[in-house]
Amino acid sequence: MGLSKTSLNNIHKKLGGRMIDFTGWEMPVHYGSALREHFAVRETVGLFDVSHMGEIEILGKDAIPMAQKVTCNDIQRLKDGQAQYSALLYPEGTFVDDIVLYRITSEHIFICVNASNKEKDFQWICQHQEGSVEILDRSATYAQLALQGPRSEETLQRLTDVDLSAIHYYWLGHGKINQVESLISRTGYTGENGFEIYIPTAAAPDIWESILDAGTPFDIMPAGLAARNTLRLEMSYPLYGHEIDQTTTPWEANLSWIVKLEKDNFIGKEALEHSQRAGVKRKLVGFEMLDRGIAREHYPVWIRGKQISEVTSGGPAPFLGKYVGLTYLPIQYTELGQPLEIKIRGKLLKAKVVPTPFHKK
Amino acid sequence: MNIPENLLYSKEHEWLSKTDNVVTIGITDHAQHELGDVVFVDLPDIDQRFSAEEAFCSLESVKAVSDVFTPVTGTVTAVNESLLDAPEKVNEEPYGEGWIIRLRLEDISQLDGLMSPDEYSQYTQEEAT
Repeated sequence: MGLSKTSLNNIHKKLGGRMIDFTGWEMPVHYGSALREHFAVRETVGLFDVSHMGEIEILGKDAIPMAQKVTCNDIQRLKDGQAQYSALLYPEGTFVDDIVLYRITSEHIFICVNASNKEKDFQWICQHQEGSVEILDRSATYAQLALQGPRSEETLQRLTDVDLSAIHYYWLGHGKINQVESLISRTGYTGENGFEIYIPTAAAPDIWESILDAGTPFDIMPAGLAARNTLRLEMSYPLYGHEIDQTTTPWEANLSWIVKLEKDNFIGKEALEHSQRAGVKRKLVGFEMLDRGIAREHYPVWIRGKQISEVTSGGPAPFLGKYVGLTYLPIQYTELGQPLEIKIRGKLLKAKVVPTPFHKK
Repeated sequence: MNIPENLLYSKEHEWLSKTDNVVTIGITDHAQHELGDVVFVDLPDIDQRFSAEEAFCSLESVKAVSDVFTPVTGTVTAVNESLLDAPEKVNEEPYGEGWIIRLRLEDISQLDGLMSPDEYSQYTQEEAT
């Protein structure tokens, strides 16, 4: 099967994007320098094509109870136009996926899901359909751009009449960018101020070019998946398939803040209550390399002469000038300063547990 | 793409420069472009012996680890230790300050299997299509 392409595929290639297979999508990993792209986002502004992400909508008068049942965070607290980080869980309390959920109206829930999980998530939600709702996979309809960095607001404001300053963190605005109806959300995956923009697929190339033009005074850079990953790693944001999956719970992943046990029944609730009572056996921690070496995903993590776990994500933290990583450790080893060794190409190299996020603003 | 005239090239995108029976090895401009920013270089030890087609070094970009293979058999006589603190030299000066190791050749005829600049230029173009 060939790779899926976003509507910006040709533009990425023209910009010198090095294209890789990312969970079945041909995506730019960088456009020449992942490091410069990383710094652009931290210091000024960067633009990502994240159209591979999926969009699922739940429509109808029972949209809220339906979404309440399949997600672990509490939607009742949301107002129209508000967004929320949440998750779809299995009855075992482990992750189907992590999501960003938007309450557009009380009868319209919009969910952004990981590219690799789109079909699975859609099936999962459909399997639990309840009441008067319609569930739609709208992934082909929407392109998504992430405009991230301290100058993102100034950049985008040049292209829209929507008052961006009125869109608060984790809120959504509707309006036109370049005459095209758009959903503009103040969210992101980089730790910087910024926006995620949902637009009709066909309009994406024009809007992409316009944003790059508007950002020229700020030295905007198109940014690829490598920078996206190092930016989220510096913030220790989990990535599905790495830190979280069908074997991990929100308790273990330090995501207890998205679980609202006081909420009426939701899928996974019972198991989470049980595992909370039983006590969490392992937790996700951040570590920093002390010896010279880069810990990568799946590298073995050793404590006192034996392997304890493996690295879930690791790499350079360019803005910090360090090499860092994430791993699950048995709870007795999760204290700050805990010495670790990471096995890198046959050698055990020293590391230690440090606070997360690695990058503190 | 910069392909200097005075070097030999391998299919794995290394360049070699021979002085007496010692070769200096680095990666080509094409290779460093493909790799992106090099952020870490894991060098071999002096006196380590490598057979042709064996990996002698790992170059790490932001996202990935890539092995560098020697096209010839030999023993390491020098490594470019300045890359430990300045791995970006591999990107900035792949044919100069970004050299990686020197190997003492065992069989000089192994160089016959390498490509000339013209051949390498053609090879990279064919690979791209």
